[in-house]
Amino acid sequence: MVEMIGAKALIQALEKEGVDIVFGLPGGANLPIYDALVEAKFRHILVRHEQSAAHMADGYARIKRKAGVCFATSGPGATNLITGIATAYADSSPMIAVTGQVPTAMIGKDAFQETDIIGVANPCTKYAFQPRSPIEVPETVKKAFYIAESGRPGPVLIDIPKDVQQGSADMCFPEFIKVRGYSPVIDADLSQLGRAVEILYNAERPIIMAGGGVILSGAFSELQALAEILMAPVVTTFKGKGSFPENHPLAMGPIGMHGHAEANKMILEADCILAVGARFSDRSVGRYDEFGRGMNIIHMDVDPAEIGKNKSVDVAVVGDVKSSLRTLVKMLSKVSVRRDENTPWLKRRKELIDHYAETIKDYARDLTSRKALKKLREILPANSIVTTEVGQCQMWASLHFDVISPGTFFSSTGLGTMGFGFPASIGAKAAKSDVHVVDIAGDASFNMTENSLAVSVLDQLPVIVFLMNNYMLGMVAQWQRTFYNRRYMGVHQHSCPDYAKIAQAYGAQGIKAQSLSELELAVRAALKSEIATVIDITIDPEEDVYPFVVPGTGLKDMITGS
Amino acid sequence: MKKRALASSKTSAMPKTASPINSAVEKVNGWHILSAMLENKPGVLFRVTNLFRARNFNIESITVGLTEQPDLSRMTITLISDERTLDQLIKQLRKLIDVVEVKVLDAEKTVYRELALIKMKAEDPTTRMEITNFASIFRANILDIGKETITVELTGTPDKIDAFKNLVDHFGIAQLARTGVSALPRGREQ
Repeated sequence: MVEMIGAKALIQALEKEGVDIVFGLPGGANLPIYDALVEAKFRHILVRHEQSAAHMADGYARIKRKAGVCFATSGPGATNLITGIATAYADSSPMIAVTGQVPTAMIGKDAFQETDIIGVANPCTKYAFQPRSPIEVPETVKKAFYIAESGRPGPVLIDIPKDVQQGSADMCFPEFIKVRGYSPVIDADLSQLGRAVEILYNAERPIIMAGGGVILSGAFSELQALAEILMAPVVTTFKGKGSFPENHPLAMGPIGMHGHAEANKMILEADCILAVGARFSDRSVGRYDEFGRGMNIIHMDVDPAEIGKNKSVDVAVVGDVKSSLRTLVKMLSKVSVRRDENTPWLKRRKELIDHYAETIKDYARDLTSRKALKKLREILPANSIVTTEVGQCQMWASLHFDVISPGTFFSSTGLGTMGFGFPASIGAKAAKSDVHVVDIAGDASFNMTENSLAVSVLDQLPVIVFLMNNYMLGMVAQWQRTFYNRRYMGVHQHSCPDYAKIAQAYGAQGIKAQSLSELELAVRAALKSEIATVIDITIDPEEDVYPFVVPGTGLKDMITGS
Repeated sequence: MKKRALASSKTSAMPKTASPINSAVEKVNGWHILSAMLENKPGVLFRVTNLFRARNFNIESITVGLTEQPDLSRMTITLISDERTLDQLIKQLRKLIDVVEVKVLDAEKTVYRELALIKMKAEDPTTRMEITNFASIFRANILDIGKETITVELTGTPDKIDAFKNLVDHFGIAQLARTGVSALPRGREQ
């Protein structure tokens, strides 16, 4: 036991958890923490807005697959984090958010910069702690990491009153921790796996629907092994994009509102759906009552509460999907040999892909979102990390950018947070500095957190912003075109600001690209650059995202736009 | 008055497998008693009630209080719901880190009671006599008699309290406070 103040104990506890970087912004109520940071063994990245700190920690976590850490002061600092925390919660990303709080004696008095952040954070965190004395700090940190990283991961908030940061105690740093009332399931029930094997073995038209859980548990090789034993086509949810190599002969890409047409069609024709680490979100499956009707559905998930939440299923396999998939592969390889590659089912896959390839509408222009993203894929090394902003750019990325190396793609898929991609790409770069990181962006979304350019430049975390600029809140404009008879309201960004100049003002590289050849040169220049590059690509504001499954309809009602 | 249908006999609402939820049985509303053991510390009640609100669960009553273990409190929840909603409610409760244990109690193997305080208008002697008679039949205690009102304390199942309330309704109920149901499994049932 060593005597030290709470703030110091926090820093040491974070060091013991192996933290190598935190993203944050100081203020009145977390000054003791920032003072203790001076001697910290890890790096601190000063953000320009707390929302970006949370997104950076999130981006870091999604690549490192361990909790990202962010700091903010009380009141507005803490509430600014909330959008980022809610984003991480919706996408089950592990995060530790440490906020300062007014001194315990002031809590409840509406003190300056006081917010009941525990109350605010409750619905969008896995847990929220508020240690009330310095001695609680080390154990709280240990518990926070355990909760954030185990089971279905998620953000955990630690709100530390200023007197708890300043007060000293004899600190004891526990090596192990138990949390009564929290015991995530790891190994699935074998009898359920047995039932899954039976259904899969007898299925004539099995399809695998891979979700974000595959990425979270790193079950890439297990998923591929299973698909190849079953010779089952693999569709993904949008969150599951990149859980399976999209150039694999069984891959069909994402399903859903803006899924691949062939994937949406294929899943309707299956007789058995194996959902792995997916939660049947409305964006993925359309209408719950129609989806999977008359099919056997097997649902594998680490979170028991996901079973039956949105969709009733025939077999539920609760446990870590990596472990479940591994067992399933073992059991299946005992009963079945690798199936024929020429089954009618796989021929149907080919048929659908060919059919929809012909119907793809590409605008006559030289530079379209599709052409731009295909070009990016062509130039970008396969191991590069790609994230996106939110809106049309995100859905175009989903449709036209194939992820080849599993686990190299992520996006704000659940909450759909505009402004996520850019700071998250900086976090990803911090997690893996030896690969290129690209943010596939739209203008309105990038505009929300573009001040992170300062971080990218000053902290030498260079990323590429692939900005598809249609001077619009493009997705909203598309909905206004489609559902409101082109009555545009609140969607025009005009040509303000000039994003290439904005980049230059921050000391980054800004390049305009108005043709495919200019785009190619710009990407090649960005890949060689040691500073961040914003490539401002002109896209036609009338360009829509298709296919489109209109909200409230089922996948069968998909509009292909051709 | 809401009619309560006793839930079918069951010890757990967590089927080992996800059941065919579309079957007619699961759509039938039943009255359920849940018993949850919670960490006895600040903020836990908020977390549980916030969950009910955020996920659209309709609860009939909640009681919470101390138990034989100083660091745990027991929450008794009653609700009218179909099996699917009940299943989700239990899973969501179990997901809360401060919830240590959740059980569905089988009403037939459970002792459960509610307490009600009922203040009735009773200005004339006949009414007072009648209320006193009813109270004694229902084994209710008279807690307070004033010039204009009588307040009784009644303990029993929610049905018994409903029955008494219906009986005295026409005298005019001035105020009513019900505690909600507290429950424990009978005998050696856990």
